[in-house]
Amino acid sequence: MAKDTLMDFDQALELFEPVLGFEVHVELNTRTKMFSGAANPAHSDNHGAEPNTLVAPVDMGLPGSLPTVNAEAIRYSISLGLALGCSIAPSSRFARKNYFYPDLGKNYQISQYDEPIAFEGQVDVELADGSVVTVPIERAHMEEDAGKLTHVGGSTGRIQGAEYSLVDYNRAGVPLVEIVTKPIFGAEHRAPEIAKAYVQTIRDIVLSLGISEARMERGNLRCDANVSLRPRGQEKLGTRTETKNVNSMRSVERAVRYEIQRQAAILAAGGTITQETRHWHEDTGTTSPGRPKSDADDYRYFPEPDLLPVAPAAELIEELRAALPEPPAARRRRLKTDWGFTDLEFQDVVNGGLLAEVEATVAAGAAPAAARKWWTGELTRIANAEGREASDLATAADVAALQGLVDAGTLTDKLARQVLEGVVAGEGTPQQVVDARGLAVVSDDGALIAAIDEALAAQPDVLAKIRDGKVQAAGAVIGAVMKAMKGQADAARVRELVLERAAAT
Amino acid sequence: MSEITPDLVRHLGVLARIQLSDEEVDRLTGQLDVIVDNIAKVSEVATPDVVATSHPVAMQNVFRPDVVSGQLTPAQVLQNAPDAADGRFRVTAILGEEQ
Amino acid sequence: MTDLTKLSAAALADKLAAREVSSVEATQAHLDRIAAVDGDIHAFLHVSDTALEVAADIDRRRAAGERLGPVAGVPLAIKDVLVTTDMPSTSGSKILEGYMSPYDATVVARSRAAGLVPLGKTNMDEFAMGSSTEHSAYGPTRNPWDLDRIPGGSGGGSAAAVAAFEAPLALGSDTGGSIRQPAHVTGTVGLKPTYGGVSRYGAIALASSLDQVGPVTRTVLDAGLLHDVIGGHDPHDATSLTDAWPSFADAAREGAHGDVLRGLKVGVIKELPDQGFQPGVSASFRGALAAMEAQGAEIVEISAPHFEYGVAAYYLILPAEASSNLAKFDSVRFGLRVDVPGGTVEDVMAATRDRGFGDEVKRRIILGTYALSAGYYDAYYGSAQKVRTLIQRDFDEAFARVDVIATPSAPTTAFRLGEKIDDPMQMYLNDVTTIPANLAGVPGISIPSGLAAEDGLPVGIQFLAPAREDARLYRVGAALEAVLLDSWGAPLLDRAPILGGGR
Ligand SMILES: [Mg+2]
Ligand SMILES: [Zn+2]
Repeated sequence: MAKDTLMDFDQALELFEPVLGFEVHVELNTRTKMFSGAANPAHSDNHGAEPNTLVAPVDMGLPGSLPTVNAEAIRYSISLGLALGCSIAPSSRFARKNYFYPDLGKNYQISQYDEPIAFEGQVDVELADGSVVTVPIERAHMEEDAGKLTHVGGSTGRIQGAEYSLVDYNRAGVPLVEIVTKPIFGAEHRAPEIAKAYVQTIRDIVLSLGISEARMERGNLRCDANVSLRPRGQEKLGTRTETKNVNSMRSVERAVRYEIQRQAAILAAGGTITQETRHWHEDTGTTSPGRPKSDADDYRYFPEPDLLPVAPAAELIEELRAALPEPPAARRRRLKTDWGFTDLEFQDVVNGGLLAEVEATVAAGAAPAAARKWWTGELTRIANAEGREASDLATAADVAALQGLVDAGTLTDKLARQVLEGVVAGEGTPQQVVDARGLAVVSDDGALIAAIDEALAAQPDVLAKIRDGKVQAAGAVIGAVMKAMKGQADAARVRELVLERAAAT
Repeated sequence: MSEITPDLVRHLGVLARIQLSDEEVDRLTGQLDVIVDNIAKVSEVATPDVVATSHPVAMQNVFRPDVVSGQLTPAQVLQNAPDAADGRFRVTAILGEEQ
Repeated sequence: MTDLTKLSAAALADKLAAREVSSVEATQAHLDRIAAVDGDIHAFLHVSDTALEVAADIDRRRAAGERLGPVAGVPLAIKDVLVTTDMPSTSGSKILEGYMSPYDATVVARSRAAGLVPLGKTNMDEFAMGSSTEHSAYGPTRNPWDLDRIPGGSGGGSAAAVAAFEAPLALGSDTGGSIRQPAHVTGTVGLKPTYGGVSRYGAIALASSLDQVGPVTRTVLDAGLLHDVIGGHDPHDATSLTDAWPSFADAAREGAHGDVLRGLKVGVIKELPDQGFQPGVSASFRGALAAMEAQGAEIVEISAPHFEYGVAAYYLILPAEASSNLAKFDSVRFGLRVDVPGGTVEDVMAATRDRGFGDEVKRRIILGTYALSAGYYDAYYGSAQKVRTLIQRDFDEAFARVDVIATPSAPTTAFRLGEKIDDPMQMYLNDVTTIPANLAGVPGISIPSGLAAEDGLPVGIQFLAPAREDARLYRVGAALEAVLLDSWGAPLLDRAPILGGGR
């Protein structure tokens, strides 16, 4: 594939005004699916289920099957709509979006079309410098996820060149809310940053509502980014592209920047932008063309005859409104005060998109400073090294448990970092990693004394120096003991014991 | 006469994923033309002031509690599969990409 | 000894309850009858090989003193549109040949729980699209009154099975008349419940907003007994009504013994033109009305100006919903798969759907795809939904003045096999009287009104009632049935020709 020509970002912004738009799909973590009683793989209880084990008849479109609406998914959707500042429709309904694809059991997706449950809202998005941008929301509608295809054979493992594909319907029917923004004007050079901050804010909102696991790596949160450019001074919007599968916040930022630079180069050279979907490639940091819009995109929407209108009572809406968590900006002010962080420390957490993680870790029992240290420190380091999101590496419960082990003296800081590596590698909870790898601090004085006595006997000259009061000579013995303990001992305790034994023998 | 043409019928066959032969396209074009001429009369009385009825007996807010039920066993899921491998349904290569 | 196949379900149930006969005997009698006549009739696509075991279990439970339901031990034929775990479910299509459902339709599960004994699965037009059962991928069913004629459709198999005494009870489904029109042409009883009165879960969907499952029987009381078994709220079907229904069997008994016809206001639609109906059909209809009048009923002319748009609206809504409902038959998860060497999955799907679907199914899928296409939705599907509203208003206004509406159940008696197969529009017009009930969701029943003078074939009269008033249809239907039976001296089916198996 020919490499795209890119224009320098600042130059692109001089010539063109970027207009953004986002479609974010949020997988709800209800116990069951949107339209069936099958267990929901997006619920934390069901991660890693074997293929086709979470399937009810309607999820695979079995003859005679019928959908039924999950009451909890309706509540979650209303809460999300309210948190996005939307109006809740007095009556909304489902529609069928008809298209054939092997991951779609019924060959139509039940979605909402002309009557979404929530519409006309806005979200305040805070940028790194503390300034706030308001993103207008067009609608939030309920729909179901599709199954999962695995392409086998060929060289790339991608769809092109695959010999055959395998279909797993576990994900089919997972409840989704799709949040669609209106066109976002005035983003200018901050467009990539706004893109990232917007997704981060949506993530903060759904986490604070507790309605999604919101792990981008797992596809709980998926962003399609629309970008168009128009020449300075032009009224009419330019042709947009829709970049799909941008599945980390970092990538959202990069993909928007890339599209601005790519489209600017084409337009400046007198070319035209094709209205198409594009795919983001994490490895190369580029987008590539997908399917152009065509008349095959005739989805033949019509009201879903198997389901009835959703008309939430005003009391239900008010009940859910009253239960909403505080808005992100107010929440930040409160957390900063509660945690006693400096501006710099707090900005570190916010910019890392780790507010929810730190909050959850504190809630799980860790001290704020310790929670911040793990998330912005070691976890962010690993995330950057591996090109992943820190939030995808470990759970708040894991981090709090890890700090608990440090506080109890079971782990030294150094050991704790090794345990964390194990957790990130999927070896289990911190305690499980400690047990499996045998990483705990040796706190058994008997074992330490035996090692000390052995080291002192091996270095009689050092022993003599210590007895002569040259305490600093003890360093050589401490080093030998720590080595014998494979580093799993508390050095201060070893020092204490060395001096004790030297005096006693 | 309605606007049913062989090209339109062929396009509808693509949308409906039915591989129509030329002979089928010709036959359907003629038949659909007659049928559409007969049924197009619905628009005579469907004035803007009339609301649409999508459910014959009006109801709303029918929900299911969020409790696991009705799940099939993997064997049941694959019971009628024309082809399967590794606990999944197997299909030949896919041309187009996901929606 | 009495021929057990000639008994009504109610009479058979009484004998079973009194332990005069066993369910095994009753079931065996019907299996024997099927063996004797179904070669000619072809009502069944599959005959159960476990029916006798199921019957034996009922007998055992009865012997053990277990309290069983009123119809326990009575055999039942099941339209192949309903999925069953112990027999294939094909909906009359090649694309589902051999398909085994991992779950039972709700009406099947309820029938089993009531102790009914499934005999087999009955033939039907492919995916219930048709009025003659000629569109079955497995060959047509023949009318027991004349083997060269159609048994109606789509549920020709269920109606023929009941008319040919192969089963006392059958389940049908009615999207535009598929229970009532077969009843009309076979001299049997069929009722389409109020939309939502019976669960659609496990009924292979044709048009979701029109489909209803209902009873197919030889008497009104039998229909009520079966309706009592299958009806009522089902959480698996969101469109299922939560109403507490009265006993329909009780309503039928009331009708047969009471004088419900006295003072009953029967609406006759002035816009249904006499000339559209075969003379013998019109005559039979008027004869039935006269019999009701003689019992004190009042015939009231009513206007339903929008019924004439019913067929047009129906043939937009049905194909549109069907085109979507039938998209699931794509070769991926179940059913037929056509091998396309070197083809993509898209090619395989398109080739499978070409080979697996019959002409009528393809015609309606293409029509429905067209009706939903961008640019046509408002003119077609949207307008058709508005016609539904207008037809509902016609019903509302009529039912403000009358208790029930009566029409002939269909314009003609059974036509000959092959007569209309090449003229889809003519076939569609056959549903003119039955379609309004499906569009409006109201219940409808067809009961025999007599034979047409010109061809000696059965004619049915249809009664329609307001939504949720199914019980009224049982009362009125049973009352007229009793009056007509009295005048005939014997059931109409006694006049049907003797089939190969002897009677
Ligand atoms: Mg979208
Ligand atoms: Zn979506």
